[in-house]
Amino acid sequence: MKEKIIETKNLWFSYSPEVTALRNINLEIYKGELIALIGQNGGGKTTLAKHFNGLLKPTKGDVYVKGQNTKDVPANRLALTVGYVFQNPAHQIFTSKVYDEVAYGARNEGLNEEEVKERVEYALEEVGLIGYEDWHPYDLDYGKMKLLTVASIISMKPEVYVLDEPTTGQDHKGRRVLADLVIKLNKEGNTVIVITHDMKFVARTAKRTILLANGEVIKDGATNEVLHDLETLKKAMIKPPQVVQLAYSLKSYGVPTNILTIDDAFNSFKKLINR
Amino acid sequence: MGNETKKAGEENVVVVENYSYSYPTKKNVIQNISFTVKKGEVLGIIGPNGAGKSTLCKTLNGLVPHFYGGFFGGNVTVAGMEVLKHTTAELSTKVGLVFQDPESQISGMMMTVWEEVGFGLSMLGFPREEVDERVNDAIKKVGLEGLEKRSPFELSGGQQQRLAIATVLAIKPEIMVLDEPTAQLDPIGKYEVFKVIEDLTLEGLTTIVVEHEIEELAHFADNIILLHEGKILSYGKAKKVLTEVEKLKAIGEDPPSVTELTYLLDKELDLSLVNYPITLDEAIKIYKELMVSS
Repeated sequence: MKEKIIETKNLWFSYSPEVTALRNINLEIYKGELIALIGQNGGGKTTLAKHFNGLLKPTKGDVYVKGQNTKDVPANRLALTVGYVFQNPAHQIFTSKVYDEVAYGARNEGLNEEEVKERVEYALEEVGLIGYEDWHPYDLDYGKMKLLTVASIISMKPEVYVLDEPTTGQDHKGRRVLADLVIKLNKEGNTVIVITHDMKFVARTAKRTILLANGEVIKDGATNEVLHDLETLKKAMIKPPQVVQLAYSLKSYGVPTNILTIDDAFNSFKKLINR
Repeated sequence: MGNETKKAGEENVVVVENYSYSYPTKKNVIQNISFTVKKGEVLGIIGPNGAGKSTLCKTLNGLVPHFYGGFFGGNVTVAGMEVLKHTTAELSTKVGLVFQDPESQISGMMMTVWEEVGFGLSMLGFPREEVDERVNDAIKKVGLEGLEKRSPFELSGGQQQRLAIATVLAIKPEIMVLDEPTAQLDPIGKYEVFKVIEDLTLEGLTTIVVEHEIEELAHFADNIILLHEGKILSYGKAKKVLTEVEKLKAIGEDPPSVTELTYLLDKELDLSLVNYPITLDEAIKIYKELMVSS
């Protein structure tokens, strides 16, 4: 039996009495899942994710992290279990050296400098930033800056990673590097939840996809199932990746409806093309 | 310069000849590039971060070199004005620049959308009736009618970026330059902004747009420049540049998915395709033919 790591029960949340941001969210997230949280801005993605690490507490209902109600645990304790990588690196970076930036969380745990050093090396190795220890974070290019913010979470060794819009502002290479990193973190046994608008990134990485609209979960399932539900995606004004649209248009030619990536399409098309 | 023509009736609005540039703190950001943009043309600029795309945009209204300093070589002429010999203020009446982050463009001094769009015109001393007409026209073109009295900061990201475009349109520039206009927007915002850009290009506005969303660019760019480490790696019709799959992949750029797929299938099956698709519609047509039952 897989371990349930996060659970929301009848979760409602309002920022003010007039605005309901989340409506009755019931989700079970298991250890080792790689989940994409998609939907338009204002749909509730970030609000929901901030409940996972206790940055927000439900207006009504409950959120459990490893069986503990987030109402009973201070957010700084939850941060050791659920690491949150913010969208804008500038909102997260606050020291003047890459090493210190990555060491901060580990130092906060009360580890000695020897242990901190080990954690920093491990984290920088994970994201491929070994050799940049003495750099000023703002001297890094935007792609590396993003990797630094992930490293500063890795050094705390959380069990769950929440990444908020990791590919915004990234070029194609940067997007691919982040996709590979997310897959690696997941393969190492971590639970990874990615909030994103980048459907190509979703197709490349996520096994499960949750679609939020107007504060409600309107679809939750295997990524290939969700990205091929063009009707529901349309309601949320989301366009699936180009190869999914292509496959969908060629359904009557025998193209299967589980294609997500260029590789998937390649493997299926080559059998269907008559030469 | 601006009156010179390459072909009859096709006036060059932008002429870049052997242009090189170094910032005071960063050398060789642009290395000896040349290209032209004709009246009514849509030029897309693609390439990895750090390729020099934003520097190129800032050159077209003189921010580079007048604001940044540095070393400027070669010749850049926009709407008949040599960039080196004209101030940014002069160039800005002909070149409208739209940045990635709409909040950095909105003045923040105006209370309403309407006033924000009229701000530049008022500063330039246009008479009231002219301001009224241009503001209303610009707001209509970007589809912000009905939101004139809102605060710019109440708008969604896509609306804010369309507001930024409207402030530029109100000046009636000869050329609009957009630097990753959709990078910070959600899918609805991206859709709204691309729609506006496409409408404007259909009306004949000369446009240069830097974009990572190559699949969108493929729909409306006439020509594309692939920029890498300050040099032009590829330049020509969108179809030519976007179908050079190996060249794009070599520097980490993704061609449109349908183009990459077709390239892979052609290599595997030797389809002898002369015309790779760069848009979804083209791809659907091609594959319907290829998959027709024998």
